[in-house]
Amino acid sequence: MEKRVVFDNRWLPYLLVAPQLLVTFVFFFWPAGQAIYQSAFIPDPFGLKTQFVGFGNFEYLFGNRFYRESFFTTAVFSVLVTVSAMCFALWLAVLADRVIKGSGTYRTLLIWPYAVAPAIAGVLWLFMFNPFTGIVAWSLSQFGYDWNHNLDGGQAMALVVAASAWKQISYNFLFFLAGLQAIPKSVIEAAAIDGASFARRFWTIIFPLLSPTTFFLLVVNVIYAFFDTFGVIHTITQGGPQQSTTILVYKVFADGFVGQDLGSSAAQSVVLLVLVGILTVVQFRFIERRVHY
Amino acid sequence: MKKFIAAGVFAALMAGVAPATAATQIDFWHAFSGRLGELLDEQVSKFNASQSDYVVVATSKGNYSETLNAGIAAFRAGEQPDILQVFEVGTATMMAAKGAIKPVYEVMAESGLPFDQSAYLAAVTGYYTTTDGEMLSLPYNSSTPVLYVNKDALTAAGLDPEMDLSTWDKVGTALDALKASGSKCPMTTAWQSWVHLENLSAYHNVPFATKDNGFAGLDTELALNGDVQVKHIETFGQWAKDGKFIYSGRRNEGGATFRAGECGLFTESSAGYAGVKNEATFDFAIRPLPYWSEVDGAPQNTIIGGASLWVMEGQTPEEYKGVAAFFNFLSSSDIQAKWHQDTGYLPITMAAYEATKASGFYDENPGTDIAIIQMTGKAPTANSKGLRLGSFDQIRGIIDEELEGVWNGSKTAKEALDSAAVRGDELLRRFEQANR
Repeated sequence: MEKRVVFDNRWLPYLLVAPQLLVTFVFFFWPAGQAIYQSAFIPDPFGLKTQFVGFGNFEYLFGNRFYRESFFTTAVFSVLVTVSAMCFALWLAVLADRVIKGSGTYRTLLIWPYAVAPAIAGVLWLFMFNPFTGIVAWSLSQFGYDWNHNLDGGQAMALVVAASAWKQISYNFLFFLAGLQAIPKSVIEAAAIDGASFARRFWTIIFPLLSPTTFFLLVVNVIYAFFDTFGVIHTITQGGPQQSTTILVYKVFADGFVGQDLGSSAAQSVVLLVLVGILTVVQFRFIERRVHY
Repeated sequence: MKKFIAAGVFAALMAGVAPATAATQIDFWHAFSGRLGELLDEQVSKFNASQSDYVVVATSKGNYSETLNAGIAAFRAGEQPDILQVFEVGTATMMAAKGAIKPVYEVMAESGLPFDQSAYLAAVTGYYTTTDGEMLSLPYNSSTPVLYVNKDALTAAGLDPEMDLSTWDKVGTALDALKASGSKCPMTTAWQSWVHLENLSAYHNVPFATKDNGFAGLDTELALNGDVQVKHIETFGQWAKDGKFIYSGRRNEGGATFRAGECGLFTESSAGYAGVKNEATFDFAIRPLPYWSEVDGAPQNTIIGGASLWVMEGQTPEEYKGVAAFFNFLSSSDIQAKWHQDTGYLPITMAAYEATKASGFYDENPGTDIAIIQMTGKAPTANSKGLRLGSFDQIRGIIDEELEGVWNGSKTAKEALDSAAVRGDELLRRFEQANR
């Protein structure tokens, strides 16, 4: 007899997925649809009048040199944040995994930064690097290095990357540690008995077995770098100097909430939507193939 | 259970005693916190205690930008407050929103309460009036830039602490001496665009933007790349290069450095007075903002920064009456005089200024009247009345970026200001299109 995993009732399955669909519709499709709709208009801030401009908002955006440059800034920023946050977290997780005494304390301390809100993380780093009163800036000046991220775009980028990555390291650390602990000890021990060095064990056994975690974190970190780093940038550089730290999301905010230009802001949201869609497809089609589950 | 009954009886009694429950509620959204928030709450409770027809409920909605956004969002949802505090750069946005705001002169006229516009300081209200001189919003907290001097630093550099610093040329000489004496921060500033471009233009009676700085129409274009402005920024660029002018950030970051005693001179809002007075462990003085002596007609008058109170459309006539009564109360000279003395903001009426003078406040706190004298010395011209530009908050951001290019030596003053004008004009055209 054929065994089919289907519901007898035609409506029950729909009823069961309804809550999830509703949530997705209300919090994703509806706002996304609104953004697409609004991107074709130039409204005044109070919504008193609005004009249809078709693709005018997109033309305006892509005609702007600073908007085009913002793509490059975003790419540099996201790659740096993702790579540094993941590498540091993996390194720390491997170390914490090997600690025998007091491992609980280490782990707790390493997870702490995750509880810090992005804006507060930004302020903390800002204090340390304040060109006049910051302790790190002062220390650097003792070595003859002049720190002023208010004027130097490279330094500003380094600072926002460091602050953003620092905040995300804890999250990555948690997942890497869990991933490491899920790897069967017997496999590693067998390799150790065969005389494989730690580095060799790491690259041939641990790292491949960790790949599902790594892939998951890659996706999460890219999303984080794209969307959640807003608070850090807002508190530290406000996108400056000379737009060198204006990532796409920050520009959406600046145009929408500082400039009250909702048409441009909506158009940028649509561009972001498409961009993140493409990125996700790329990640799942090309990178996930290398993941061993 | 007994307790509940007791509480119920008590509440009923209270309701009977206080007719406040029958009073009309006036919602007032503002952007103050900390000490300013406390002073504002004090004014509100004084008003509430002074009469029984209206109850003003003041709510802080975050910083200026957040408060404006909260007001806009609330209007879209039909839940707008009666009064919204909007910073000066949001003026054009509010003014263009016909149908969302109710001009103050209308509110006052309908209320039948006495309202004499000439009692207010023209230089303060000018920013918030139409070209016909009718008041659109009530100035609340207004300040203007002045020069703060660290007298101890001047003495240490071998200068006379009472030396003449009225012109930028003389300031230049002082900076040379400060630099030569090893000062790490001869001069710094807060709010660079506001002080060194917007006020600079008004002070030298040159336009910052065409169409009377935007008062006469939405088709205005930036004119901040004129000769006076270029020369000023060029000079500051050179000073930055020589280590005589230190750039500390877009907002008032320089304040902390100055108050710590590390800087010689500091251009900042007159409202920074309370902070400097509290924290400075050195002898300081307030001087008028310096000017370029070779420019004809300089010094004209400086313009204000700060915020004003806008009345939102769509409320009941009873509420508008309450708003008018509250505004009347805020404009009374003892309230204004106290506000002026507590905060360093300008008094909005001449009577409040006279009252403060009579109380001997200026003798005890020398320099606190500099700002008002600087504003009222001459009748404002079309160039010095104020600025009314759409998307101005964002245009300031562009100006900040371009100026940063000058301070780090990657752009000349002319290049930076030309570029700021081109980029700012783009935003002005967007604003014009949205409000057509």
